[in-house]
Amino acid sequence: MTRQQVIDLYFMEARAKLIDIGAFIDRVERASGEEDFRMKAFRSALTELSKGGSHKAKGVLMAFSDPTTEPIPAATTKAAAGAWPA
Amino acid sequence: MKLKSETINSPTINDFMRYIEPHGHMVSRVTDDYLDMVTAGCQAVCEPAFWAGFDRSSVHGFYDYFCQLTEHEPKRAAKFGLSHFTWLCINPKESEDVKLAQEVLAIIPKFLDRPNVLGIGEIGLNKNSRNEMKVLEMHVDLAARENQLILVHTPHLEDKLKGTRLIIDVLKSDRRIKPERCIIDHVEEHTIEMVLEAGFWAGMTLYPESKCTSARAIDMVEMYGSERLWMNSACNWGVSVPLAVPRTALEMRRRGHGAEAIDKLIYQNPARFMSQCPRFKLPKL
Repeated sequence: MTRQQVIDLYFMEARAKLIDIGAFIDRVERASGEEDFRMKAFRSALTELSKGGSHKAKGVLMAFSDPTTEPIPAATTKAAAGAWPA
Repeated sequence: MKLKSETINSPTINDFMRYIEPHGHMVSRVTDDYLDMVTAGCQAVCEPAFWAGFDRSSVHGFYDYFCQLTEHEPKRAAKFGLSHFTWLCINPKESEDVKLAQEVLAIIPKFLDRPNVLGIGEIGLNKNSRNEMKVLEMHVDLAARENQLILVHTPHLEDKLKGTRLIIDVLKSDRRIKPERCIIDHVEEHTIEMVLEAGFWAGMTLYPESKCTSARAIDMVEMYGSERLWMNSACNWGVSVPLAVPRTALEMRRRGHGAEAIDKLIYQNPARFMSQCPRFKLPKL
């Protein structure tokens, strides 16, 4: 596909997602209380989008990922939180 | 109005989509899902053993589940003309209890010669704990001893990167395991490269909220090729879409992928991998 065709196909969808992200951050910032580790990772992930290179999706995923290499002593929950509590 | 015969072309591959759902937890789905899948061109569904959404209380619960996967569910699928295959294991979400896992692994060999069993899966890791690692190694040993194919689940969200690395280490450290007989599922942009470079097959799971969207899955096909890739819906009792594979095929068409390339990814590839098990037979079209 040409760059124009890709933009034609996906621009509106991406635009809507971007507005949703802005609205989400506004919502968080209007609310009372402190942010948790997930928002810290979220803000870090956002900076990946303005970097050069061709692996922005990978950069976002890496920003949310546990970078350690050793197994944890025991699983205390089954669920994942979406971000690593550094 | 009378149609001229020359205006009606014979059906070709461009007119007919066929696909295999290589990862669907059909015991959690309703019969309408079977009907929709067959209507969309599904030729076979493959069901890895999964967590029920709650912990089973004993090995007896697993015995009943394995009977459901090997006896009841194939009959339910057959009512819609669909071939049903399965994979057996204790899921990583229940692997913290090593004693229970040992009991479950002890009964799996009794089911391995059933006609719809393809191998051991979906094994792997969930929270990347030491006990999960032990149970993963036990499953890999069982698969090696019984010469079974392996289907691997990689962890969710923030745990996926580390878990995928640990899983690859476990598989690569066992010299009996052939990478081409293992599929590592739920890859995303940060894990696909390491899986393919290590010689394994990779699965992309199409979920509305987590894992990967249709557009991202097609991006990965375009970036890494489709030689050892498949796509699945992993439909289960959670937020998931049984028709995710054919819908992604339609998006591939919108992006200009040809019928042969689509057929390779959604039909030929899963057939090629699973045909390494002699029990995997597809209906003649």
